[in-house]
Amino acid sequence: MIELAIGIILAGCGIGAGLALIAGIGPGIGEGNAVARACEAIGRQPESRGAVTSTMIMGCAIAETTGLYGLVIGILLIFVAPGIFVNTLKTAMEGWAHAFH
Amino acid sequence: MKEKDTRFRLLDALYIALMILPLVACMVLKILTTPGGEGISITGAQIYLTIPMPLMDLTITSSQITSWAVMLSILGLCLYLTHGLTVRPGSKRQLVAEWAVEQVNKLVSENMGQRFMAFAPFVAAIMLLSAFSSLTSLIGLFPPTSDMNVVAGWAILVFILITHYKLKGGFWPYFKGFFEPVPIFAPFNIIGEIATPVSMSFRHYGNVLSGVVISTLVAYALRSLSHMLFSFLGNFTILQIGLPAVLSIYFDIFSGLMQAFIFAMLTMLYIATGFPEEEYERRKAKKAKATLPAA
Repeated sequence: MIELAIGIILAGCGIGAGLALIAGIGPGIGEGNAVARACEAIGRQPESRGAVTSTMIMGCAIAETTGLYGLVIGILLIFVAPGIFVNTLKTAMEGWAHAFH
Repeated sequence: MKEKDTRFRLLDALYIALMILPLVACMVLKILTTPGGEGISITGAQIYLTIPMPLMDLTITSSQITSWAVMLSILGLCLYLTHGLTVRPGSKRQLVAEWAVEQVNKLVSENMGQRFMAFAPFVAAIMLLSAFSSLTSLIGLFPPTSDMNVVAGWAILVFILITHYKLKGGFWPYFKGFFEPVPIFAPFNIIGEIATPVSMSFRHYGNVLSGVVISTLVAYALRSLSHMLFSFLGNFTILQIGLPAVLSIYFDIFSGLMQAFIFAMLTMLYIATGFPEEEYERRKAKKAKATLPAA
């Protein structure tokens, strides 16, 4: 019985981590847009290359944040959450066992 | 003169030792305490010591030890660079030190304005600490910046500074700022305020941690691959030599330095833009007026 419950917990955490990483789509599109515009700007004004590049890298790094939120949630779901949930379940089962006997 | 020379050299050697020895000590500690085993595992910071405390046990982890070592190392670097300063730049290290200070001053005056020039040492300190902490993964240590607690500590410090400078314009305008443009926006404004340190710490920590995880996974994959392809070599995994270092150029060097720069940049921008300049000037003028007749 408890094996089934642990299996469901692990499966849920895995699926959840996979879903959380869908957040990577947004920053990908956004950063692609930013780089495309930066290339256009450099093509129009090659002398402003340094300023445009540094601003673009800064903006890309900030746009990456939303993707990193998803990554942090995914990492928590894979490495941290299963242990916590399984431990909670085990203590709860022990509590029930004590209550019934 | 000759005696001074030997003393100078001795101090130099001491400073260089202060630069290198803490990191070496950290490596030795890590080698001694890492449990042996074949498999590669991704774990958090190792707990070295637990001190019982009334509210919650205080744990001394490897990220704390490494960040102390990094602080000592930076202290040694600064002492070495500023050792034997002369009015006329006489040595290469003085030129390096002057260049670094000038760059930081330029950065702060460009982004924060002349009023906040006193922030230059703080910004330089946070940038150096973050950069060196991320770079410790190059010598095989657990980078402190891939521990949420370390980065969250910095972000909370910065958040306190931001709030302090927002309150310079008086408590009432700060409080009123939450109910703008319309009072219904208050919950969103409060969430936005709390999101500042959360996003700052998550950005830095997530970037460094993703590098650590991906590097470990690639190293593991290369080990399996070399076991498969070059099985005649036995336990000697030839593909693991050198190839993971290519990833390390991006994940450890570029990403770490980039995040250090962004953390410092955001610190400067948040403090400078949150500061209510007009309110502060008005209050200052009012205070001066109020105290003038009495004096």
